[in-house]
Amino acid sequence: MSGSAAAPPAHVEVPRPPRSRRWLELGLSAVAVGVAMMAYGLVGVATDGSWPAGILGYGAGLGALVLVLHVAARWRAPWADPLLVPVATLLNGLGLALIHRLDVARDGSFAERQLVWSAIGILAATAIVVVLRDHRVLRRYTFTAMVVGLVLLVLPLVPFLGVNINGAQIWIRVGPVGFQPGELAKIVLTVFFAGYLVTARDTLSLVGPKVLGLQLPRPRDLGPLVVAWLASLGVLVLERDLGTSLLFFGLFVAMLYVATQRVSWIAIGLSLFVGGAVLAWSMFSHVQARVTAWLDPFDAEVYAQSPGGSFQLVQGLFGFANGGLLGTGIGQGRPQTVPYAESDFILATLGEEMGLTGLLAVLLLYLVLVERGLRTGTAVRDGFGKLLAGGLAFAIALQCFVVAGGVLRVIPLTGLTMPFLAYGGSSLVANWMIVALLLRISDAARRPSPETPAEASPVLPSEQDASATQVVRL
Amino acid sequence: MNAPLRRLAVVVTAMFTALMLAGTWVQFVDAGRLRDDPRNTRTLYEELGRQRGAITTADGTVIAQSDPVDDQYRFQRVYPDGPLYAAVTGTYSVTSGPTGLEAAEDEYLSGSSDRLFFRKVSDLVTGQEPGGAVVETTIRDAVQQAAQEGLDGQRGAVVALDPTTGDVLAMYSSPDWDPNLLASHTRSEAAAAAAELEGAEGDPLVSKATSQRYPPGSTFKLVTAAAALESGDYTPESLIDSPAVLDLPQTTAGLRNDDGQACGSNGQTTLADALRVSCNTAFANLGMALGQDELGAQAEAFGFGEALDVPVRVARSQFPTGLDQAALARSAIGQGDVTATPMQMAMVAAGIANGGVVMQPNLVSTVRGRDLQVLEAPRPTEVGRAVSRQTAAALTAMMEGVVESGTGRAAQIDGVAVAGKTGTAQNGQSAPHAWFTAFAPADAPRVAVAVFVENGGRAGDEASGGRVAAPIAKSVMQAALAATEGSAG
Repeated sequence: MSGSAAAPPAHVEVPRPPRSRRWLELGLSAVAVGVAMMAYGLVGVATDGSWPAGILGYGAGLGALVLVLHVAARWRAPWADPLLVPVATLLNGLGLALIHRLDVARDGSFAERQLVWSAIGILAATAIVVVLRDHRVLRRYTFTAMVVGLVLLVLPLVPFLGVNINGAQIWIRVGPVGFQPGELAKIVLTVFFAGYLVTARDTLSLVGPKVLGLQLPRPRDLGPLVVAWLASLGVLVLERDLGTSLLFFGLFVAMLYVATQRVSWIAIGLSLFVGGAVLAWSMFSHVQARVTAWLDPFDAEVYAQSPGGSFQLVQGLFGFANGGLLGTGIGQGRPQTVPYAESDFILATLGEEMGLTGLLAVLLLYLVLVERGLRTGTAVRDGFGKLLAGGLAFAIALQCFVVAGGVLRVIPLTGLTMPFLAYGGSSLVANWMIVALLLRISDAARRPSPETPAEASPVLPSEQDASATQVVRL
Repeated sequence: MNAPLRRLAVVVTAMFTALMLAGTWVQFVDAGRLRDDPRNTRTLYEELGRQRGAITTADGTVIAQSDPVDDQYRFQRVYPDGPLYAAVTGTYSVTSGPTGLEAAEDEYLSGSSDRLFFRKVSDLVTGQEPGGAVVETTIRDAVQQAAQEGLDGQRGAVVALDPTTGDVLAMYSSPDWDPNLLASHTRSEAAAAAAELEGAEGDPLVSKATSQRYPPGSTFKLVTAAAALESGDYTPESLIDSPAVLDLPQTTAGLRNDDGQACGSNGQTTLADALRVSCNTAFANLGMALGQDELGAQAEAFGFGEALDVPVRVARSQFPTGLDQAALARSAIGQGDVTATPMQMAMVAAGIANGGVVMQPNLVSTVRGRDLQVLEAPRPTEVGRAVSRQTAAALTAMMEGVVESGTGRAAQIDGVAVAGKTGTAQNGQSAPHAWFTAFAPADAPRVAVAVFVENGGRAGDEASGGRVAAPIAKSVMQAALAATEGSAG
């Protein structure tokens, strides 16, 4: 399997010839499908007392889809990171099992639809891996991405297309299919941020006045940040979507920092965020309600208030508490007590039935996924790839933090879903597309250099350091 | 750009660490509080969904069990002989929560106790349906039945104790009630039954054995006599002034003997005789001579002034403080502000029977897991020594006199020496409460009993402790002696 013929670059110490690790990907993916099948089967065992008839079909379906993606990776991205697909598969599969479990309790049919969306997501990822031969191509579409991203963001506000669900204007409906364009916008805007910042980073890195020991950027360079901030506030105000707003702004600030290496951008970003947050809090009652429900959820009045009270949050916490260390066992808790247990509160379902053990395991899976993405960013040679991989990985991390933090009462609750795990087609497809892009970039990052390392030659000193200090060799 | 990416990785790790800490907080550290929140319906559903452990008597009779049913709660609590044992079991209501032993032993019965942890883990592994532990009580079927039959529908209570261990052999409150009605899974049914019982004549839901306090009347003279003997200034033969009417200081009303006659001869009587015929004026004099501190201390030594968990809650019996001489005189004969639960008066008799040491009453014999392994078996514990062995012996002899030739002759049992004391407690304008507290056999006691009949039961104004309560005590003691034949000495 290994491209041992390729000579390692002269400046990198490589004890072993690089290996593609595709078999590792296949093996771990099989384990992931197996674990997901077991979880799915346990639902039947807990509720019916027997293994459900659909378990083989479920396993075969999920397995076949992942196999397609695996084969595509072998064909077009043989050097891609081998952990991305198994981790995403496991999260997706566990999510399916939990959603199925809630279907059983509530006589719903979310799991079937989620399975269809999983298929669409994995096939979309496959298509990206096959069609997109080089991630740097995306850089050409930087400003197209900006326009598309903004259109996607604005789409839910278009009359007759946008749908208001539970007070948030973030859905569009075309015929029978509902979609959250914000999830796709996440990817498209990350492409735009990466393309824009890799060009503008030199300008943005120029130093301006020094205030309180902090080297500030030139005021005229603040424009893009202010635009991003205003756009986020616009999302918050017009679509009443706290989570997406937070996600976009946080993502932009993080990528700005990666591009410029200037801490001052973070400081400015954070102050803008705090300003925006205080502004939003003082202006909007629904934001105030979220904060109150976060600070004082057990207060009888806050708990009883509807809508906008803390009932959902508190019931979710009860679910977590009920799970304890080991959980009630899949199918043996009462996660359906929590409103939206299949989407926003899927973590409460997980925590109740799989316990703290399961929760920590899943959080670690996310962490692995994110860190592999960030590792890809450090390993890839081009600046655009670094920013794109870092941005996409951080988007997953931030989204996890915003959702899990909200559900676990670390921060106020906002309306986002756990990547891969939660019910929601748009989110699932978008996150599989992110995995596809990370596969593509990591393929470029890990691919052994050809004899004439034209691509690798303009290596920055810091990247040399990176190769030497890598703990985990891929 | 690698340095900032690596710093970003550190930030991401910190973010996830925060999430994991929050998860640990919610699911482990704070979980107990969250589980106990009354708004957490999961806890209730979980307990109801688990097969709750049974409650049995010491004879093995099941008095509460959980039967599988096909509704959301999965198990229906059933009380096979509900009214008879209601004062012991309480009920397990899905609307208002558990009461009685169901509440006191809830952790074991529901299976949520930490003692069941390894059991739960093994259930998890073996896939066995988890369930609660079985609580075996100290109640003896025959004694409990004798209590019910003895009261025969009259309002009142019976408590029978094993004086040497504190085991509760019978605990019955009348009117009784059916716990099955309140355990109904139909909310409206349960609520209607609760409303009806709460408004019912005679307040059946409040146990007269443990929760209600009444003036103990002359049964309290045992405490006064104990204080006198313990003071060292008196013996059973000491002579006490015992006029027909005692003028009480600072009042116009005198304190009379029940029959309006002086006790003994020449206006004086021995302490033993005063107890035998329940002479009010003699004990009032005795109380005033001893003082409220000595009397109060003696009452506390028998258990007054402290609430108990047996593990069903027993209300605190009271001996008042800040008394003037008149009130002290009335208190010395169990009137005035002295109030006691029937459980407390059974403890007085049991303490004397046990050579002066009062044992903590206890309803629970063993708690067993479903594998029959004993999880808990409470050891007999002492409340404390109330009187010396000599005083106890003297009191026993005096109480034997009460049953042999005094006010308690109705409690005589053929071939068994019974020691007892009657009480006829004045109760404002209503008919007096009839009391009897006793133990048997006097030389080697196996049962101590307190019988309380509210407002004299069917005898009404004609009631006295000796006439109404003593016969009930007799049949309860007979049942207890038969049940414990050869099992104790």
